[in-house]
Amino acid sequence: MELPVLNNTASEAPKGGCSAGSCGSTDDQMNHLPDSIRDKVKNHPCYSEEAHHYFARMHVAVAPACNIQCHYCNRKYDCSNESRPGVVSEVLNPKQAVKKVMAVAATIPQMTVLGIAGPGDALANPQRTFDTFRMLNEQAPDIKLCVSTNGLALPENVEEMCQYNIDHVTITINCVDPDVGAKIYPWIFWNNKRIKGREGAAILIEQQQKGLEMLVAKGVLVKVNSVMIPGVNDKHLEEVSRIVKAKGAFLHNVMPLISEEEHGTFYGLTGQRGPTNEELQELQDSCAGDMNMMRHCRQCRADAVGLLGEDRGAEFTLDKIEEMDIDYAEAMKMRAEVHAAINEELESKHKAKETKLVSIEGLKKEVTRPVLMAVATKGGGVINEHFGHAGEFLIYEASSNGVRFIGHRKTTPYCEGGDTCGDGESALDVTIRELSGCEVVLCSKVGYEPWGPLEAAGIQPNGEHAMEAIEDAVLAVYEEMRVAGKLVEKVDEQQKVA
Amino acid sequence: MAFEIIESCTNCYACEPLCPSQAIYEAKPHFLIDADKCTECAGDFEEPQCASICPIEGAILNEDGVELNPPGSLTGIPPEKLAA
Repeated sequence: MELPVLNNTASEAPKGGCSAGSCGSTDDQMNHLPDSIRDKVKNHPCYSEEAHHYFARMHVAVAPACNIQCHYCNRKYDCSNESRPGVVSEVLNPKQAVKKVMAVAATIPQMTVLGIAGPGDALANPQRTFDTFRMLNEQAPDIKLCVSTNGLALPENVEEMCQYNIDHVTITINCVDPDVGAKIYPWIFWNNKRIKGREGAAILIEQQQKGLEMLVAKGVLVKVNSVMIPGVNDKHLEEVSRIVKAKGAFLHNVMPLISEEEHGTFYGLTGQRGPTNEELQELQDSCAGDMNMMRHCRQCRADAVGLLGEDRGAEFTLDKIEEMDIDYAEAMKMRAEVHAAINEELESKHKAKETKLVSIEGLKKEVTRPVLMAVATKGGGVINEHFGHAGEFLIYEASSNGVRFIGHRKTTPYCEGGDTCGDGESALDVTIRELSGCEVVLCSKVGYEPWGPLEAAGIQPNGEHAMEAIEDAVLAVYEEMRVAGKLVEKVDEQQKVA
Repeated sequence: MAFEIIESCTNCYACEPLCPSQAIYEAKPHFLIDADKCTECAGDFEEPQCASICPIEGAILNEDGVELNPPGSLTGIPPEKLAA
């Protein structure tokens, strides 16, 4: 039996409680969108799950000021060892930012997208943000521009944003209820006053919703980010998802709260926990009935550079870019070639999948239980990372409906690549804990030492699909499990009926 | 009558464009207030603008050296947790 890749099943009629088009699979979210929108996001790593394997992004930290306070943010943002929103190493002025963007674009040609995401709020610094965009429009017209904002200053800036060809905007919306908002936002700065508590949250919510409506009316693609805060807004986010979808947001990204005491945030210091992997997935799945969900977000820094999940920022510090001499006209030619090659590869992959779909049409499906598998990859949509080198694993779910992307789990690499791995054992424990629920881990290579503990934890290591496309490999392993009789015993009655 | 920015300032720029007297300027290691220009926003705004947007508790003092945003007033973090 050959199984379809879920991306290709969007054309099937929706059945049951959740529409087939947005049932949470990897990029089936794309398949039911109009061509004009698919075209806009096909090379945007933060908007397309497929694109994030191939295309890179960068943020420039030109916007340090903020007009609100969130309980998950500490405004003393200066740590190079942490990867999370709001954190940067050096704030740039617009000229430095433009120079950095061009240096990165020439060095990493697959970088297609430049975003301004802080470390404060892009639109609380409109002058610095718009100066950067204006210069990039003139000097590097092949780069897509994006803004990420809390939304407070959005309505007053929509008009100007549109002048700079900004066609992707992310709004962080954690609530639509001011009582919930009062537990997340201690204050906002509005009309020359600091407004605290519920009153401030109510204004923020009103501005976010108004901004969303204005952007949609202008044809700008809007993604909504929400931070999942257990006990504060976790239940409420399903309503947020429904509302923003109804208003025309095209993608919803529910992210886990990052909260540690050492971050010095309100939540960190008062013991507010983040969600578990399972809680996050459950909420994403329940929102998916109403909304296209993004599951590949890496919650990157406000100065991140590279593919999602990697940060090459250290190669482009101010002193380093000062020494680079960039011929951007030349770079643009090279970039165009690289982009064309990637697009060609993606198109041929799409065609191959379509052929496969046709070949299985009419086959009677056997209902088997879903299985989670972890995948080690460096990008390119293939299994190409050693188990011991992986700093994160992508999680896929295989079932009799096909394969879908679930999310990613960060870990400490079991072995940093040397012959001796001093702290390897404890790092392995962390990885095994992070991979809880997975029955298989696919990687290009896996050493003898971790093999036993992985198996003992119920996670089968598998290095037999190196350099194969992730989804094909996941399906092949699932099929092997089916043939071996490992999938039937736990099927529940409900699934059989469906 | 003038405010003062002290070393806990994180150079976030938020206050600078808001000052009705252009008294705030970028400097090393942190932003400063020109005491001759600062009016504490008297006559322009009900509330001093720099102190109303500053996210860092204790970073702006009044002329008596009193913190305009005392510990815990902005983040809601109980001061005893801050000290720990």
